[in-house]
Amino acid sequence: MNVGVSLLAVIALILIPWIGVSALGLDSFFGIVIPYLAFFVFFIGLIYRIVQWARVPQPFKIPSVCGQEKSLPWIKYSRLESPANTWEVVLRMFFEVVFFRSLFRNLRADLQGRRLIYGSAKWLWFGAILFHWGFFIVLIRHLRLFLYHVPSILNYIDYVDSFFQIGFPPIYITDLMILGGLLFLLLRRLVDAKVSYISHASDYFPLFLILGIVISGILMRHVYKVDVYGVKELAIGLATLHPAMPKDAHIGTIFFVHLFLVCTLAAYFPFSKLVHMVGVFFSPTRNLPNDNRMRRYVNPWDYPVKYHTFCEWQEHFKEQLQQAGFELDEEWCKGQNVAKENKAA
Amino acid sequence: MYNSDKVIPGIIIFIIFFTIPMWLNLGGAKAIPRPELPKEEKNCVESKEYMRAYHMKLLLKWRNMAIREGKRTFVGADGKTYLISLQNTCMKCHKSNEKFCDRCHKFVATHPDCWHCHIAPEEVAKLRRWQNGNR
Repeated sequence: MNVGVSLLAVIALILIPWIGVSALGLDSFFGIVIPYLAFFVFFIGLIYRIVQWARVPQPFKIPSVCGQEKSLPWIKYSRLESPANTWEVVLRMFFEVVFFRSLFRNLRADLQGRRLIYGSAKWLWFGAILFHWGFFIVLIRHLRLFLYHVPSILNYIDYVDSFFQIGFPPIYITDLMILGGLLFLLLRRLVDAKVSYISHASDYFPLFLILGIVISGILMRHVYKVDVYGVKELAIGLATLHPAMPKDAHIGTIFFVHLFLVCTLAAYFPFSKLVHMVGVFFSPTRNLPNDNRMRRYVNPWDYPVKYHTFCEWQEHFKEQLQQAGFELDEEWCKGQNVAKENKAA
Repeated sequence: MYNSDKVIPGIIIFIIFFTIPMWLNLGGAKAIPRPELPKEEKNCVESKEYMRAYHMKLLLKWRNMAIREGKRTFVGADGKTYLISLQNTCMKCHKSNEKFCDRCHKFVATHPDCWHCHIAPEEVAKLRRWQNGNR
């Protein structure tokens, strides 16, 4: 059900630009209006999400740790597993974002008869690495279509990426990475009953959508070629805010399908699970140092309680206390006042 | 907003990253380079649209036909027959590698390896001049 709905949605998204461009001739609508609209939604949506998250107070310091905490100087502590200061948090965050360190600890749980057995499971980590790194390098590589002067680093990336020189034009390694990663992540949800049970349409839809982008991109490079020269003309126009459809170039329909799916992804991004790109930086279990015992953490939503100290109480009921024959503890309160003044000074 | 000392730089970095094409094009983007088309000949072996998108596929097919199958004749879209040869057929009309091939390829940053083995017309001319000078 979830799978079918997501697949149908992506097929519909493929048909929209297909019909729009090849039958209705809405080239500039799908080439200029939709991309600007989508990226406007992407930016505004993400900034809105970031500000919303940043407005939420953090009541407790709750880093999740799995190493020795910093305490006495002669006890070795784990800098990455239990960071004690901001710099160590930055390091931990870096390894989390770049190498998915916590996913590397992923376990699988299986019943063998009546025994629950845990074992190492690196496949999810591996699939995620393939997909995310593939996606990132593909994204960087696309800069060659947007920049008038292509920086030499992009040529190096292109050289390394097509290193094996298989096929013509050569197949990119990152294309295989992203495709392999996506297929693994999709099959995992379809094949593993436990994961399948907790998968929603909002899990399948992005997978099918990105798969659509990747497949249309690979087809465009290897099978249904488009006029890259015209594509770059359009892309530079978009990037320099002087959008115009290339004059005498005929860009194939598959380009508009690819572009429309990318625009859908961009516009959908801030409102879906894909915002984990930003959300990872807002995880209180990751972004806080484990220094609870060194520094007092004040809950920002603590109500400013008005308290009545012993000395104020004594001052208030002084007469009644004296009449009842209680001894007043004025010496102590004097000391308290001195301490308070010193603190204020 | 809490932690605005970290959140605001974060937002700025995010915006800068996703608008790289705008920054790096500032001041640098000029009129798009146009390849120099042959003046005498108006038709290529296939249609203009086909050549623009698929010329590399055609060249690959030509390579396989000429080198692997030993066939040197190609029937174009207009029914004319052509000799399969990069240096003698293609470059007969497209006289310059620099002014025709490279202008687009450099612009879109693609790296054809034709000239690793073939000799570009510019190189032929240079070679001729060198030979004449030595004689």
